[in-house]
Amino acid sequence: MSDDVDLSRRHFLGVATAVTGGVGAVFAAVPFLASWQPSARAQALGAPVEVDIGKLEPGAMAKFSWRGKPVWVLRRTERMLELVQKSDSLVLDPDSEQPQQPEYATNEFRSIKPDVLVVVGSCTHLGCSPIERFDIAPADLGPDWEGGFYCPCHGSKFDLAGRVYKGVPAPLNLAVPPHRYISDSVILIGLDAGVA
Amino acid sequence: MLRKLFASLFILLPAMASGAGGDAHLQRIDVDISNEAALQRGAKYFVNYCLGCHSAKYVRYNRLALDLGITEEQLVDNLMFTGERPFDTMEIAMPPGDAASWYGRTPPDLSLAARSRGESWIYSFLKSFYLDPQKPTGVNNLVLAGASMPHVLWELQGTQRAVFREELDAQGNPHEVFDRFEMVTPGSLSAEEYDTVLRDLVTFLSYIGEPVQLERRALGVKVIMFLLVFLLFAFLLKKEIWKDVH
Amino acid sequence: MSSLGNDAGNTVTGREGGFYAWINKRFPLDKMLREHVTEYYAPKNLNWWYVFGFLSMLVLVLQILTGIFLTMSYKPAAADAFASVEYIMRDVEWGWLLRYMHSTGASLFFVVVYIHMFRGLLYGSYKNPRELLWIFGMFIYLALAAEAFFGYLLPWGQMSYWGAQVIVSLAGAIPVIGDSLVEWVRGDFFISDITLNRFFALHVIALPLILVGLVVVHILALHQVGSNNPDGVEIKEKKDASGKPLDGVAFHPYDTSKDLVAMIVFLIVFSAIVFFAPEMGGYFLEHANFEPADPLKTPEHIAPVWYFTPFYAVLRAVPSKLGGVIMMGGAMLVLFFLPWLDRSPVKSMRYRGWMSKVALGAFVVSFIALGFLGTRPATGVYTMLARVFTVIYFAYFLLMPFYTKYEKTKPVPERVSHHA
Repeated sequence: MSDDVDLSRRHFLGVATAVTGGVGAVFAAVPFLASWQPSARAQALGAPVEVDIGKLEPGAMAKFSWRGKPVWVLRRTERMLELVQKSDSLVLDPDSEQPQQPEYATNEFRSIKPDVLVVVGSCTHLGCSPIERFDIAPADLGPDWEGGFYCPCHGSKFDLAGRVYKGVPAPLNLAVPPHRYISDSVILIGLDAGVA
Repeated sequence: MLRKLFASLFILLPAMASGAGGDAHLQRIDVDISNEAALQRGAKYFVNYCLGCHSAKYVRYNRLALDLGITEEQLVDNLMFTGERPFDTMEIAMPPGDAASWYGRTPPDLSLAARSRGESWIYSFLKSFYLDPQKPTGVNNLVLAGASMPHVLWELQGTQRAVFREELDAQGNPHEVFDRFEMVTPGSLSAEEYDTVLRDLVTFLSYIGEPVQLERRALGVKVIMFLLVFLLFAFLLKKEIWKDVH
Repeated sequence: MSSLGNDAGNTVTGREGGFYAWINKRFPLDKMLREHVTEYYAPKNLNWWYVFGFLSMLVLVLQILTGIFLTMSYKPAAADAFASVEYIMRDVEWGWLLRYMHSTGASLFFVVVYIHMFRGLLYGSYKNPRELLWIFGMFIYLALAAEAFFGYLLPWGQMSYWGAQVIVSLAGAIPVIGDSLVEWVRGDFFISDITLNRFFALHVIALPLILVGLVVVHILALHQVGSNNPDGVEIKEKKDASGKPLDGVAFHPYDTSKDLVAMIVFLIVFSAIVFFAPEMGGYFLEHANFEPADPLKTPEHIAPVWYFTPFYAVLRAVPSKLGGVIMMGGAMLVLFFLPWLDRSPVKSMRYRGWMSKVALGAFVVSFIALGFLGTRPATGVYTMLARVFTVIYFAYFLLMPFYTKYEKTKPVPERVSHHA
């Protein structure tokens, strides 16, 4: 019995077995870890939502739910669009440089159609839902307030394009979800031209 | 005593073969769920003839598109009539309360029918409706006596009646035994064509019982091949290590 | 770093000092590895009957792992349970595989455990000084039976519901306290959502903890006395100069490499079932259980899962309900007394007389026959046969003090031998 041969054969077999076992263990782990992926039901519940805004009056806002989040659709009036331009100097990120919106909403009014704003109604500070405040110069918000969204939890403020004001706790503009128009009055929220 | 024991063992054999009672009228069939064409036809029959009353509430439409080899557009055009979306599950339009009052009981969900009843049972059941004027639906069923389901496929199969003959049981008392079916009004399909329809339908039901069947078996082959290689190394290693002992 | 005392030398790395030295000062890692793995000696003549303890542990780990992941998606409420299982089977990524592994593992657990117990009967592994080891093992068996029983209600299918209904109502046979006991177990006046939720808690937490604890003491008891072997020879009686048993081999790498082979063979069988026949003809996953539980509709045949059918056959063989319960319990509990029923001077069947061999053979045949009979309806010929085999089953134990004492045995060798 030559010890050298034995040892190297033993070593080789030991390594071969260990490596195969290791590979097997990795493959075996896959189903367990993958089972944490969103299930078909989660995907169904999180599927894109079709909303019809045919009857939405100028100045009115409708609220929908997508993936457990509130999505607001606001039909802005001419006056509201003017106010958006006015608040350019008051907001932290006027040109939407932070990645809070798809490229088709990276424009002056943060929307596909200027008069229809689609935003996720979740404050970018800690997730409360801001309140719509389209009234001009109310007592609690001061004489300079000309319409927008106010978050009651810690006082963050957003303009009528969902852009965050300077000097408030929230750091980012309200997110614009992926969306596209299937017709003039029907928006599909959650899916744009190719990406969910 | 020993003779009695032997005799009883002989009695057991046929009992073992038939298993539980009520199997007498079942015709065995085997299905092949890898046959996409059969699945597609079966899906079409299911949606047209069954889904009106029977839900398949654990089955998602978009899963069908994947496994039947059709596009989502084909799915929506051919298999979805009541405004659901592809990721929805196959529910019925009829409210469950109405179903129970019209038919005596809510038609059962069919997602798992092939797993609980078996393909042969469903196939035989759908072949065994016969005219019975004493029943509210006008039909009875040889496989499930007193079934509250109407003969939904009567236009395809036609209507038949059951012919019974008299036989004497063990005690010498006469009783009725099923002899054969006789066609009363033929349907639009011949017997073979109807048979094919049922096979397709049962193939589809077998598939929806467990959509992952084919994938499961394919993966099994790979897993066992891997384990055999692993076994080879482990076995040689064991032999090598135990050389010291023997 | 030798101020650490005698554990500075490290079994794992062979090195002194460093990370392992830090650990060994604070935790008996090295000591445990030597005592239980590298310097724990097992007989060198162990055959393949001896891998089933390890396989039992493997299946336990498998069940716990798959069980944890199933619990992440399963809903333990009567209204949702059945649907949640189908959700796992269809909607959860790889959920179907987790489910089949768990259902197959449950049945294979009993296959492996029954073979493991049989090995004990074959080689007298329950005899002095291993009585306590055997008793711990019996407690594991009972805990496993309870675990399986509680787990079977969870899918909330027809068989789950009615099987639980029948078995829980057995307690009603106990005089005086029976009915209150049944109500107490159910937590309700019938098997309900409340029963399901508590069986869930028992299945997922209580019994797994008990099982793991029992397995630990079972292995500690084993290591205290050392393993038996097919010759029934105590290897600790003949040691060499350094205290190593002459007929022993270190657990690692000898038995570890052997157990690895056994593990892979087991996994091949396991995978063949999981991937090609998870229902096993209706024995591992029963057909009736693919229908949701209906308290108003009893299935034609209510049978427990195959691994309980021998005891179910004993239960139904006795004409009285209470008598049946007592006999069924007795059939399980009589096993506890084996170390004291067996009066044989030898351990292994290899050296026993023909009476022990016939008795063991008859016992195995009757256990399997009773298992088959438990799946059949309780009528006529079947009932008669069940009674015959129940008598044989108990005879193996109750006559044992006599046939083991009076039969002629063969002389036991001094050292272990290797023969097929």
